[in-house]
Amino acid sequence: MSTLLDENTTHTLRAGAFGHARSLACRECGHEVALGPSYACPECFGPLEVAYDFPAVTREQIAAGPRNIWRYKALLPVPDDIEQSPNTEPGFTRLLRADNLARELGLEKLWVKDDSTNPTNSFKDRVVACALSAARELDAKVFACPSTGNLANAVAAAGARAGIPTVVFIPSNLETPKKVNSAVFTEKLVAVEGNYDDVNKLASEIAGEEEGWAFVNVNVRPFYAEGSKTLGYEIAEQLGWRLPDQIVIPVASGSQLTKVDKAFRELIALGLVEDKPYKVFGAQATGCSPVSVAYKAETDAIRPVKPDTIAKSLAIGNPADGIYVLDVCRRTGGAVEDVSDDEVRDAIVLLARTEGIFTETAGGTTVGVLRKLVETGQLDASLETVVINTGHGLKTLDSVSDRVGPAATIAPSYDAFVASGVL
Amino acid sequence: MAVSVRIPTILRTYTGGESEVSAEGDTLAAVLDDLDARYSGIKGRILDEAGALRRFVNVYVGNDDVRFLEDLQTPTPDGSQVSVIPAVAGG
Ligand SMILES: Cc1ncc(COP(=O)(O)O)c(C=O)c1O
Ligand SMILES: [Zn+2]
Repeated sequence: MSTLLDENTTHTLRAGAFGHARSLACRECGHEVALGPSYACPECFGPLEVAYDFPAVTREQIAAGPRNIWRYKALLPVPDDIEQSPNTEPGFTRLLRADNLARELGLEKLWVKDDSTNPTNSFKDRVVACALSAARELDAKVFACPSTGNLANAVAAAGARAGIPTVVFIPSNLETPKKVNSAVFTEKLVAVEGNYDDVNKLASEIAGEEEGWAFVNVNVRPFYAEGSKTLGYEIAEQLGWRLPDQIVIPVASGSQLTKVDKAFRELIALGLVEDKPYKVFGAQATGCSPVSVAYKAETDAIRPVKPDTIAKSLAIGNPADGIYVLDVCRRTGGAVEDVSDDEVRDAIVLLARTEGIFTETAGGTTVGVLRKLVETGQLDASLETVVINTGHGLKTLDSVSDRVGPAATIAPSYDAFVASGVL
Repeated sequence: MAVSVRIPTILRTYTGGESEVSAEGDTLAAVLDDLDARYSGIKGRILDEAGALRRFVNVYVGNDDVRFLEDLQTPTPDGSQVSVIPAVAGG
């Protein structure tokens, strides 16, 4: 058996194929394996993550780079000539001061990191760009993923631009806009009858059997996950090279949250920001909140759940990185909290009406949790806070379409307008 | 009770490269014991020192994660499909 992306095959990688990455290291036992399409530790099944020998990097070098995630390429597992290969160039999204929302919530200083303006309107374009680089260096023939929706959009679009065939797997009950946003870019969108965890299991099985497939979040997961670090780098750079005091991040698998923390620690270690305490908070929807439940129960044992929430992009009932989310939130003095679907909807409308940002249900969850954390005193209202909006509201329009609408429907006359009482 | 067990790539060194092997047992625990008798050492990869399923491995009987069922005591009727799959993040 010689499968192209088989972890047992040794590939002839070109020099610098993974930048300054040194190896893949197990997060549980530290065992290191060679850079390649591996994702589970051969000793203990623990997740592998990219370990580096970083070069000296200066703020000036970064600032001179392109206005996308490749400005941080020295800190990512990508080759130095990454910009020569077609990709969707995500990142460097806006960091907006959110004074109106801050006032509404009783916070002193708040920013929204708005990742809904990425090429396919979610933060997933970041992780996909890094996974695409790995897939290319490993000479993958097919680019694939199991997805709660946004990842499928990002993979399908990036694959189209890169000219590599894509196959994306989603739960069949996803929001229509997310289905269309994948199907428009790929002819191979596969809707699976089941929830995300079923789709993920299927993808893992296919990854073990098919030749030449790079499943972005399965067999090239360590590279994929590094893309989320750029959210952390950008926030620090956009704040004038310093870390926020508090940050609220949505949690599905938990990968993004742990990588933003990794980014902050790397920036400190590299001397690019001053070392200071920061608190990381995780946000889940109550209908799929295994990490929040474990946090509140003060246990490390995360019990998988069958998701039931409108926040479908966060609907992972068996979050592989959940344990690390608990570690990060506890270590930094943060917390994990969850909100109901009604609170998610309220928060979507609140963010839209205070800051002009239309977020999807994941962002509604995050802003809803931010509000709850302030109300319960878990978050210090006097400290600088960043909340991440990871996706665009047009993809989950139905979640608020019965909550908002015309104040009146009137005849086209001045009298009718006056009579409507809108004024 | 013969069942079929899907082996993840990182454990195929134990099964001589086979991705699917058969084993016997009424429960998952018994199946893993039988598997270990045929492929010595494989059980120690799936279970931790305390004899519980390792944190980062998911085991399914049919389509169900055994943590939703009876864990290691989950029944494995004749002809069931057991899958051992590393936990993966992403979304
Ligand atoms: C919009 C959005 N936000 C957040 C997440 C959660 O990311 P993670 O799985 O890294 O926790 C996802 C995807 O799964 C998503 O689509
Ligand atoms: Zn390990």
